[in-house]
Amino acid sequence: MSKIREAFANGKAFIAFLTAGDPTAECTVNYILEIEKAGADLIEIGIPFSDPTAEGVVIQEASLRALKGGMTTEGVFQIVEEVRKKSQVPLALMTYLNPVFHYGYEAFFSRCQSLGVDGIIVPDLPFEEKGEVEEVAARFGVDVVSLIAPTSKERIRLIAKEAKGFIYVVSSMGVTGVRSKITTDIDGMVKEIRAVTDTPCAIGFGISTPEQAAEMAGYADGVIVGSAIVKLIEKNGANAEEELYRYVSSMKAAIK
Amino acid sequence: MKENMISRGRYGNYGGQYIPETLMNELIHLEESYEFYRKDKDFLKELDTLFKEYAGRPSLLYYAEKMTKDLGGAKIYLKREDLNHTGSHKINNVLGQALLAKKMGKTRLIAETGAGQHGVATATAAALFGMECEIFMGEEDTERQALNVYRMELLGAKVHPVKSGTRTLKDAVNETMREWASRVDDTLYVLGSVMGPHPFPMIVRDFQSVISREARAQILEKEGKLPSAVVACVGGGSNAMGAFYNFIEDKEVRLIGCEAAGKGVDTALTAATIATGSVGIFHGMKSYFCQDEFGQIAPVYSISAGLDYPGIGPEHAYLHDTGRAEYVPVTDDEAVAAFEYMARTEGIICAIESAHAIAHVQKIAGSMDRDDIIIVNISGRGDKDVAAIARYRGRDIHE
Repeated sequence: MSKIREAFANGKAFIAFLTAGDPTAECTVNYILEIEKAGADLIEIGIPFSDPTAEGVVIQEASLRALKGGMTTEGVFQIVEEVRKKSQVPLALMTYLNPVFHYGYEAFFSRCQSLGVDGIIVPDLPFEEKGEVEEVAARFGVDVVSLIAPTSKERIRLIAKEAKGFIYVVSSMGVTGVRSKITTDIDGMVKEIRAVTDTPCAIGFGISTPEQAAEMAGYADGVIVGSAIVKLIEKNGANAEEELYRYVSSMKAAIK
Repeated sequence: MKENMISRGRYGNYGGQYIPETLMNELIHLEESYEFYRKDKDFLKELDTLFKEYAGRPSLLYYAEKMTKDLGGAKIYLKREDLNHTGSHKINNVLGQALLAKKMGKTRLIAETGAGQHGVATATAAALFGMECEIFMGEEDTERQALNVYRMELLGAKVHPVKSGTRTLKDAVNETMREWASRVDDTLYVLGSVMGPHPFPMIVRDFQSVISREARAQILEKEGKLPSAVVACVGGGSNAMGAFYNFIEDKEVRLIGCEAAGKGVDTALTAATIATGSVGIFHGMKSYFCQDEFGQIAPVYSISAGLDYPGIGPEHAYLHDTGRAEYVPVTDDEAVAAFEYMARTEGIICAIESAHAIAHVQKIAGSMDRDDIIIVNISGRGDKDVAAIARYRGRDIHE
């Protein structure tokens, strides 16, 4: 069982996202540890990319802040190294394919393995292109997480059958970001997935309140929250620990 | 015609579909629809009628006699895409895609634009077909090309100034992709160049290939032989791909793409992708991009808003690697001088984009033989650039 599966071993999983280097590398290390303490089961660390076409404005701006601060792919690995000195929380990296391509697939996934990164989420790597990294990621024991969207329809089974780690169920059309309402038939999507695989499903895009989290967790094995967390960091800068702890605890409590 | 596409959506190692899952089914639907209609007689007839009766095709192949004499070498012909309705080659692709959208039952067109030519063309087609239209344009470009913004609004389009990133063309593409991912059912993203995920590079190339289909027949009729070289400017590369395509099999015809070097390829203020970029994956495709060592896309610069893009279409990347086409950088200074030269010598005010191709012709024509022929694609007209050129020369004129 990969470490990612462990994240789903204690009831519904709370998956938290934050952008590496926003506002600083030291803050990111501390925030990851704080978020884990507050009950997060898996933490997604965003490697900032200049042109994140699947992100809403909150994560776009966090990415640009991190890049302005000098964050690099190597810098993200150093953050992971620091975290791993104190924590064994399951970790996934989230980024676009170009930074991975430039680091070199072999070098990237071998680094992931040696530092204990369990998975990677790449929004611009659909099923058709996963051959780009599939073999090398598997060789280094890193799960390439598959995304399934409201438009996936007959592709759901195709994607789910080969999914590794967990399945990222995209709750809504468009980009990441807080939404007041999620209108997709999530229940139907998850049932379709479960017909072909027992790989856990986590729902992301648009979730920010404990009520939404509780509702979504009812359909699946976990929920993913990004923009709401990044917003807290944007608001509190280098002093976000307390608010992060309070927020993540309330979200985890809501889905237990 | 030999197809450069080696496997589905791939030109050699380039191309592909590196795009979020949310858009995948829509891209597959688009590809299937296009595969059907590209062979559908009624579709092709309707498009041909639109080209002839609405866009004003075929465009002229004009012998630039004064320029030829002045440069003292190869005979120079201008393919006058600037004379098309809406003033550039962009209308070729837009009419094709809008007709395709209509057949697919779409009622709304969205598009990115740099200089505004593609936005104006898309807004025009939307007006003609009675469709909704929204255009995304970098905020900086809305300032550089204010007149085109108003033109699009006149045509009934809503123009969104894009405030993210570098506020230019690449950011406009980002924002249009985001918009499309939020609403696909009734909407087609009318991509403006031979870039993005498959099937766009193929669709845009096919609709633009009318340029070389006409030019090849026209030159054979006028001169009884093929040209020695075809020259076109390249940003994403749609006018160049259209001008090259039907000459690719004619190995004796040199194909030359002129990239925007901005202040020079040895400076950071450039948009010359082949000259200064490297292979990467962005905007749905594997190709060459201006980027740093970490794969972050570089801010690019050119006086020409239409060439101010950090990438190049995947088929160009393939033509470059195989040596079938050459790509050369042309600076702002050279392009502005060529813009003025064309106005004075031939009485044609061409787009600053097209002036990049003219500048290269000025460099090579003189050393070629008198029985050599160069066809240069005048991709658009220059009315939109007049104020900016005046300012470049120190005259404080605003639109």
